[in-house]
Order: sequence, then structure tokens, then C-alpha cells
Amino acid sequence: MAVSSNDVKMKSAGIGIALTVNGRAHRLELDPRTSLLDALRELLHLTGAKKGCDHGQCGACTVLVNGRRINSCLTLAVMHEDDDIVTIEGLGKPEALHPLQAAFVERDAFQCGYCTPGQICSAIGMLAEARAGWPSHATVDVAAEGTTLTGAEIRERMSGNICRCAAYPNIVAAIRDIVEGVHR
Amino acid sequence: MIGQALNRVDGPLKVGGRAAYAYEHWEAGQPLYGFIAGATIGKGRITKIDIARAERSPGVRLVLTHRNAPEQNAPDFSITSQYSRAFPVLNGPEIHYYGEPVALVVAETFEQARAAARLVDVEYAAEAGHYDFAARQNNAYAPKKVNAGLPTDSAVGDFDAGFAGAAVKVDQRYSTPYYFSQAMEPHAAMAVWNGDDLTIYVTDQILAEGRTCVASTLRIDLQRVHLISPYIGGGFGSKLGLHHEAILAALAAREVKQPVKVAMTRQQIFHLVGPRPTTSQRVRLGAGKDGRLVAIGHDVTMYTNPEWEYAEQTAATTRSLYAAPNRLTRHRLTPLDRQRGEDVRAPGEAPGLLAVESAMDELAYALGIDPVELRIRNEPARDPERDVPFSDRRLVECLREGARRFGWEERPVSPASRRDGRWLVGYGMAAAIRMHFQGTAKVRVRIGRDGIAVVQSDMTDLGTGTYTILTQVAADALGLPIERVRIEIGKSDFPESSGSGGSWGAANSSIALHRACKALREKIEHSAGEPGDLEAEGEVAGMWKEPAYQAYSIHTYGAHFAEVGVDADTAEIRLRRMLGVFAVGRALNAKTTRSQLIGGMTWGVSAALHEEAVVDTRTGAFVNRDLAEYLVPVNADIPDLDAIVLDGFDDKANVLGAKGLGELGICGAGAAVANAVFNATGVRVRDFPITLDKVLPGLPLAEA
Repeated sequence: MAVSSNDVKMKSAGIGIALTVNGRAHRLELDPRTSLLDALRELLHLTGAKKGCDHGQCGACTVLVNGRRINSCLTLAVMHEDDDIVTIEGLGKPEALHPLQAAFVERDAFQCGYCTPGQICSAIGMLAEARAGWPSHATVDVAAEGTTLTGAEIRERMSGNICRCAAYPNIVAAIRDIVEGVHR
Repeated sequence: MIGQALNRVDGPLKVGGRAAYAYEHWEAGQPLYGFIAGATIGKGRITKIDIARAERSPGVRLVLTHRNAPEQNAPDFSITSQYSRAFPVLNGPEIHYYGEPVALVVAETFEQARAAARLVDVEYAAEAGHYDFAARQNNAYAPKKVNAGLPTDSAVGDFDAGFAGAAVKVDQRYSTPYYFSQAMEPHAAMAVWNGDDLTIYVTDQILAEGRTCVASTLRIDLQRVHLISPYIGGGFGSKLGLHHEAILAALAAREVKQPVKVAMTRQQIFHLVGPRPTTSQRVRLGAGKDGRLVAIGHDVTMYTNPEWEYAEQTAATTRSLYAAPNRLTRHRLTPLDRQRGEDVRAPGEAPGLLAVESAMDELAYALGIDPVELRIRNEPARDPERDVPFSDRRLVECLREGARRFGWEERPVSPASRRDGRWLVGYGMAAAIRMHFQGTAKVRVRIGRDGIAVVQSDMTDLGTGTYTILTQVAADALGLPIERVRIEIGKSDFPESSGSGGSWGAANSSIALHRACKALREKIEHSAGEPGDLEAEGEVAGMWKEPAYQAYSIHTYGAHFAEVGVDADTAEIRLRRMLGVFAVGRALNAKTTRSQLIGGMTWGVSAALHEEAVVDTRTGAFVNRDLAEYLVPVNADIPDLDAIVLDGFDDKANVLGAKGLGELGICGAGAAVANAVFNATGVRVRDFPITLDKVLPGLPLAEA
């Protein structure tokens, strides 16, 4: 839902697109080679989404596009006409954190913080996938109704997001807090 | 307050995506974008470089090559710390290593710079280089010192005679590959000139050294260089110094009179940032039938860049870990035509303990003694090579507590004796040890009329928790609630510290802050109720000036216990659970301490099972130069892993009783996993990492 509109034009502009980021409508004039990640970071200055590898191998750039998690470095911005994009900045603010962000702080689910926005966006996308009944490699019975997010399921489904500080046990604990309804 | 599990004070900023890293500062306006073009040979010279097409490419503002790059200072190799030396770039047609920058293309957008960098046309005269460590090992030499100024060799008693006369012997060679830190945030810098003043937003663990490097390289006054690094997306040693990105950004920004930012691509990091040197290690252990060591020998050979000599202290902890009357340690270097080696988390200790703690396991099986008991039997009363008392040695406690908590008595005693469905199950353990270092640091604290204490230092926080522990130390010393403490670090203009490295940052800066707060309290008491701005500075001296560091052997300790499953048919290895118990003196924050330790342990797991940068011996290039092929652990690789810290206080180390622990977790962790693989399968792999192809041929045949 658009609350206001914002036009940004890139120096090597070529193509205009309209999209919504964190509830705000944007018209961007941009180089067709620009990844969604670079459009967010360099045009809109939403640097919460991180560039870790630019090849879809680390997950630091994960954002939500129409509710689904994607590696924003692996998709061109021009492919997202009319899409609704949510970045870490749209989930919560430092003074009013999303419950999962608060759980990450409480569980110390990060150290350097560079992969963290991607981990959190990825976890939100992952929880939606689990609610929708999507199985994973760790699912014992893929034909069964519903998904129980065991530790093994969470670890498997979060393995597209590398944390070199290796806060993995804490990331799983933070996500489990949300799954189990522990509110902080 | 000190020691409590306070949540990270910078946590909300980080989880909110609002902490600005080096490439993410906008206060200086819209920058131009620099993109590095790297050499496609490993050694030789540029014979022709044509930049015409790149220069004509849309948006391009500058193409910097060796032909138009300003002259820079050459490094002074008499400066001990490599990170303080000048670091010239594009300073000639010679190519010293694969990927070395041959051009920087600066354009209005990232896309334009990246595209134009591919249009730089370079021709080379390639020369034969040395890239193959295994083939060049016989060309090794002895450096004058190894890292941290430690001695190259050590000898006590008569090793040869002691080893020859030992009843039970282990004499094995172990090899470790090139490992990389690969922090999540790529090396990046944004340079902004304001007259003669240069501000660089960097990702740098030690700002004072980075500043010296920049000033020296560019031949400008040290006071004109201002480094800003409030948040660092991981470092693990790879950001102890600055690299090409910072110098190139500074050179280019001066030319175009506009801010320029440069980030390495993930692939470039593999060639422009130094790896942990690949090693070949021979470990010789001689023991009596009772398991008591009579001789310990540790010989290490590793690669070095021919000019930028770098030797990890691989055998240094071997000098202190176990008792034995006859001892020998040696480090040797083999020059290869590749980038300089650099510190990677627990330099030396990590690969050294991988070998030594594997060898101790081999000795335990040769003797038929419980590996935990073998280590306890070799506990020294004094530091065995320095012949000084230990300040606070608690290895045996760690071993016993770890064994109890882990259920070590339930282990399969003979190798390949336990099955769980398709999995062969094994237990392994290893000891952890790391030297504690102390470096110089200054910290300033100021309190204003608003009652807010502001702490300033050029100290850094690369995820280690500096913001949080300094908050705790200041709140504790000043009797303030944490909301009234503000930490300002990561600026080179602030009082100088030794930054973050060698696990010394937390103790250094905490002690200096503690003293600053004490001095401030005295000033407040003497100010006779007249409220106003008051400030004080605190300082800590380097360990070389502290008598306690001469009089005592000051280390941290731990014990790792691991359980693995190895697929009986495919040899796929999965960690099942792991526990570490550590003695680190006083932990400044229970939460961030545990995080550091489990992070380090995870690095040990991947050093044993995953990580390896593979060399193309024709050019020296690393063939698996990305995060899909250079395997670091993902969440699914780390099931159940925990770290326990024993309550403690090392009163010899410093006034707060705290010691460094950022690197302790990795020390020995890999060996515990490797030993568990042996226990599961009966296959001993000495060529790390332990991949399934090395285990599969030796797997026990399945019962019919």
C-alpha cells in the first residue's frame, strides 16, 4: 500500500519502473543492469540489505518480494514492476522492533550484524513457507499435512543464509522463540 | 554489571538494518564507483595496457593504471607489523600474484564501472612462477621471527635422544590447506578529500595501523588521515590491515575531486586478501608406557610471499601445552608467487593444534589410554619451555568438566565399533590453548552536565561486542545505569588503541576504560559539587612492559568434545553434537562470550571438514574462489553446539581478571572433530580437510 511517492533517477538511467518498497511507492529511472539489491542500496539508500557475494551464494541480500524471500542480488530491478518489496527497514525500527528482530537481539543471534538483515528477512519468508506446508530436505514425511518446524527443519530451511560469525545455534533459538510464541 | 548477559547495545541498530558499514555512508554526498580489474597471470609483466575503450565507456570518469597512478612510498620491511607499512598499488608493470590490480575504473554508477573494467585491454609477458607448495617444500628457509615476534625455533633438553629412547612413538605428517576468513562484509572503502584532509570510511580492525599505512603510502601527514569504521561486517584477522580498496579509493578520489568508493568482489577477496598459509607439519611424540611424554617435536613448513614475509606461530602453543623434558619446535618458510599471507583467526594456533591434538589422539590409541587421561597425565607444573609459573592454568578442570557434561564415559572405546542405523558414530576430544596478549590502549571518558558518560577510543567492534562490554565496564566503574553510557569508537581521531586483533581488544580497552573511569571519579570528587564537563583518560601498556607477563605464562584454555556420524556407505560426515568448556579468566559478558566461543568452535569444525582454497598450480589462482565452492559451514552443518565458561579471574593478567577469547574457540576444535571421525571409522586422515573421498577407501566393509 503506497503512502507516498518518491522519484529517483540514476545517472545511467534507461528504463523507468514503478514499485513499492516498505509501503512507499517509488518511480525509478535506472540502468537495466541494476540488480534489485543495488537499486535498494545505491538508489534508495536502503542499505539494510547487504551485498556479501553478489552471486546468490550467501543470502545477505535476502528481501521479501510479494511476501516471498529472494536473493535480491540475483534479480534485476527492472523485473519488479509493480512488485511489493519489504526490506529489513520495513519490518521494524530500532525503537519498535519486529518480534523476530527482538528475538535476534535477545538470543544474540548475530555478531557482526552483516548477514543479519538477510537472516531475518529469510526467516520471515521461511515461516510463511512452512505455514503453507512446503516440505524441505529435512522433512521426514513430505506427504504429511502441515509442517512442524523442528530444529532440523529450521536449520535446513535457513541454510541459504551464511553467518560467518557462526551464530547458527542462536539464530535457530531466535526463530524457535517465534514459532513457539515466546514474546519478549 | 561486568559479566552479565547484557544484550548487545548496538543490537537494535543491527537487526534493524540501520548500522552503516563502510560502503553505506551517504553524509559526504553521492560518491563515484570504483571497480578493480585484476591480473590474469600469476607472475610476469604488463607489456601493453590499452584503456581507450574503457575511457570511452559511458559514465567513466577515470581509469587508473600503473602508467598514471601517482607515485607512492614503497613498504619499509623493517617495520614489524605488516599492517603499518606502506601499501602501494598500481606501482609498476610487474605482476607479483594472480589477481593483482592492474586498473581501477571509476564511473558514475557501479554498473558502468564494472562494465568498463572489462574493457581494459591488457597484454602480459608471463613468467614461470612458483605456485605449488608441495613441490617447493625443500626450498624452505628459517625466518628471523614468527608472527607476534615469537621465536622461530625452540629447544629444551635433547629431543633426538629423548625421542629415540621413547617406548611409544608417534611420528606423523599433517597438512593444512589455504584457509580464508571470508567475513560476510567484503573489503570496502570510501575516500573523501577535504583540502589536504583525507577521510576514509573503511572496514578495519586496527585504525591506528591503517592510518599509518595510508599516510605512509600517500606521503601525507598522519594527522591529515581520518579513518571511520563504526561497524565492521566481520574481520577474523582479514581486516587487521587495509588493502587495495582503501589506497585505490584515496588515489582516485584525489584525482576526480569527488568521493569514490571501492569494494572488492567476493572473488577478488580470494586473491587480494591474504590466506592463512598452507602448512606441512611433522609432529613427533615420544612417551613412556605410562603415557608420560618424554619428547615433543613440532616442525612446521608454510608458504610465504617472497617480499612480505609472514610466518604463523604454528608451533608456539606446542611450547606450553604439555610437559616433556625434551622438546623441539621449528618454523620454516617456502616462498611462493602469491599474495602475502595474513592473519586468519588464531594464526598458527588453529592449524598447529589441528596437527598436535590429532597426534595426541594417535598416541592415546597407541597406548590404549583414554585421550582425556593422557592429557591429564601430561599436565605441567610450570611452563615447560619458559620455566615460569602459570598465571591461571585450568586445562585439567576444562577436561574433567567437559568429559562429565558431554558423557565422555559413554564413548565407543575402539574405533568403528558403534552403529546408529546407516551411521558410524564416533566421539573425539581435544585440548584448547591460546596465549593471552596485551597491547597498548588509551580510552577517554567524559561526563557532561546531562549526566551522560561518553567513552571515546579508536577501538573497533567487528561483532566481538566491544560496544556492549565497554558499556558494562563504564557503568560498573562510574555507578551509572547503562542508558547513561554512550560508546563512541571506530574513529582514528579518538585516543589510540591497538584495535581488535589477537583477541586482545576486549581486555586492552576495558582496562584502559576502567582506569579512565577511576580517574574521572577522582576528578568528580575533587570538583566539589560544581557540575560541569569533566574528562579523564586511562591507559594500558603493552605486555612487554608489564612485569607480570615476564613472570608468568598467561594463557586461556579449553577442552572440546565432539560426536560425529559417518555414513557407512558414502562416508558423508555429519557433526552430531559438540561441547566446549573454557577457562578465560573473567568473562566480561556471558552472552557475547558464548557467541564468540561457539563461533570459533564452528570454524574448527569447518577447518576439519569443509574449508580449503584449491590452487591452480599453473597460475596460482584459487579455482574455488566463491562462497559456493569455498565451503564455509551453513546452519544445517551445525546441529547441537554449545560452550560453557568456567567462572574465573586471572589476577596476573590485569586488574579486571579478563583474557581474550575470540580465537580460543577455534583452537583444538578441529582436532576434536577429526579425532571423532577416526573413532567412528578407524580411518585417520592427516591431510585436512577430511573429505569423504579420503575416508571412503578405508571404511570398514558393511556386514553382509
